[in-house]
Amino acid sequence: MTSQTSTPTAVRKSRPSASARFDSALGWSPRFGTNMALRMMLCVLVFCIFALPFLAIISGAFDRNSSPTEISLLPKTFTLANFEAAQQQGLWRYLLNSLVVAGGGLLLQMTVSVFAAYSLSRRKFRGQALVMLLVLMTMMLPEEVIGIPLSLVLGDLPLLGISLRGTVLAVILPVGIWGFSIFIMSEFMKEIPAEIEEAARLDGVGEFRMLFTIILPLCKPALGVIGIFGFMMVWDQYLLPLIAANDPSDYTLTVALSVLRNDTTVGPGVLLAGAVMAMIPSLLVYLFLQRSMIRGITSGATKG
Amino acid sequence: MTVTPTKPAETLNPAAGGKQAPSGRKRGNGKQLLAIWLFLVPAAVLGMYFKFIPMVEGIRLSLFKVQPFLGDVFVGFDNYVSVLTDARFMDALGHTVVLGLTQTLGALVVGFVLALLLEGQARSLWVLRTAIFLPVVTALAVVGEIWRILYFPTPDGPLNSILSSVGLGPLQFLNGTDTALWSIAVVGIWSGAPYNMVIILAGLTGVDRSLYESAGVDGATVWQRLRYITLPALRPSIVIVLTLAAIRSLRSFTEVYVLTGGGPAGSTEVWMTRMYSLGFQRNDIGVASAAAVLLLLVTLLLTVGTQLLARRKAQR
Repeated sequence: MTSQTSTPTAVRKSRPSASARFDSALGWSPRFGTNMALRMMLCVLVFCIFALPFLAIISGAFDRNSSPTEISLLPKTFTLANFEAAQQQGLWRYLLNSLVVAGGGLLLQMTVSVFAAYSLSRRKFRGQALVMLLVLMTMMLPEEVIGIPLSLVLGDLPLLGISLRGTVLAVILPVGIWGFSIFIMSEFMKEIPAEIEEAARLDGVGEFRMLFTIILPLCKPALGVIGIFGFMMVWDQYLLPLIAANDPSDYTLTVALSVLRNDTTVGPGVLLAGAVMAMIPSLLVYLFLQRSMIRGITSGATKG
Repeated sequence: MTVTPTKPAETLNPAAGGKQAPSGRKRGNGKQLLAIWLFLVPAAVLGMYFKFIPMVEGIRLSLFKVQPFLGDVFVGFDNYVSVLTDARFMDALGHTVVLGLTQTLGALVVGFVLALLLEGQARSLWVLRTAIFLPVVTALAVVGEIWRILYFPTPDGPLNSILSSVGLGPLQFLNGTDTALWSIAVVGIWSGAPYNMVIILAGLTGVDRSLYESAGVDGATVWQRLRYITLPALRPSIVIVLTLAAIRSLRSFTEVYVLTGGGPAGSTEVWMTRMYSLGFQRNDIGVASAAAVLLLLVTLLLTVGTQLLARRKAQR
């Protein structure tokens, strides 16, 4: 999957540094000089554009008199008051909603994907192509496109007559199925050699144990990939928690931010505190699973 | 997100293909087959309930005048006609296309420039790439809130004070009917470019370095090097980036909804926000469903079109 991206790197490292001039498309030179200075300046500019807004938001969240007109990179008067006020606004409850939805949704999605991918990649059966087509179709049916009927279904589950609205399940169950995760997982499982499996089968290993003790341990990198992309997908949900909620107390943190913003009694500091709280989990997941992330992005892209 | 779906034919199991199992076990015995289908049950149930039933239901509703307590009345394609003749929907379509094009091309160009700037092995570059990737990881709703604050429209708002320091007047940003759509586009480019950067960086590692070297010997300029070596090598990555972005921008909702909610005066209303307000706020479910089906059709066409294009390219 990712072999294309790793080999050239290894080749390049072993080359003498004299050819470094031909290493990058623009021919950046590793030596000090105008070329290097220009590159450093551009890097600083780029850093300012992409990363400084985050520092400003974090500083504003810890600042006593934060207002949109006085944003600085370091809080002038450090305080935790915004987070305490956030607690009174029920922000912890929203965070809890978010974490339950993210945890449950991600766990469900990964489980579903592993099972489905195992069937689709390690076995051959009638109707397989059709199943794969349906899996890919789920990617084309995101919540936005089917939002209105989905909200009706959430209010009254066909055949079962249960209303999921107002429960966390209304968000967890729909994010459980995502063609992307199934697809990535099955692509990865396909590359495990058949001999391993045949040897295990001679030992009389059944399907369930085959999946969990033989195949899955070999798929750890892929689990990382679907973990991070699944988490981002769930954490990014906006329309789904909005239509799945009975009243604002069911909102997830990301949706609740707009409630805070429209509430004139809370200051911008509290809103910023909420934004920081909504950022931290995705930051942590990203930092822990970075390598998987790059692998996931590039595995799709370099295949074309 | 970044998937290029393979042909269904490729999904056939390599374990069973190639050398046929000597024991004559080609499709597995009945017990195994049962296990296979059981493993598919969770995906099937969830897919049915939360994807396919809603899709079918949406298509059905789009043909009805939906009235709570009065019963639905079949109206044929009337809802589609109302969508296509609704001036606000047509405005929304225009905004969707403008926003989609600007964001897609902007994020591609910026992502390309970022990739060229940050290409390399140095650890400092790696750290910088990590930092720049933050906007992609952050939820769109949060990104929207951040930019609402940066765009604060008074002369002493964060961006306006930067603008005034270089001698540009204060802008209304999200509050001005002329500037709101472009302001949203900038947010889209900001949060989309780093993603493209990673795809393009991956593409760049595949470029044959010896080509650069021989071009250098031949006295090619940096521009020629980009034009004749780098860009052709990146074509597959760029095609992927473009289609993914096009499909995504068709259904862009969160950032518009968070940043402006379609205002001011409908100047940023896109297909999705119009659909949302029709369906959920004005309860005009039939017409909103028709709009959704149209969106689905366009997405389908785009996806299938790209697939065919990609497949033809692969055969060449």
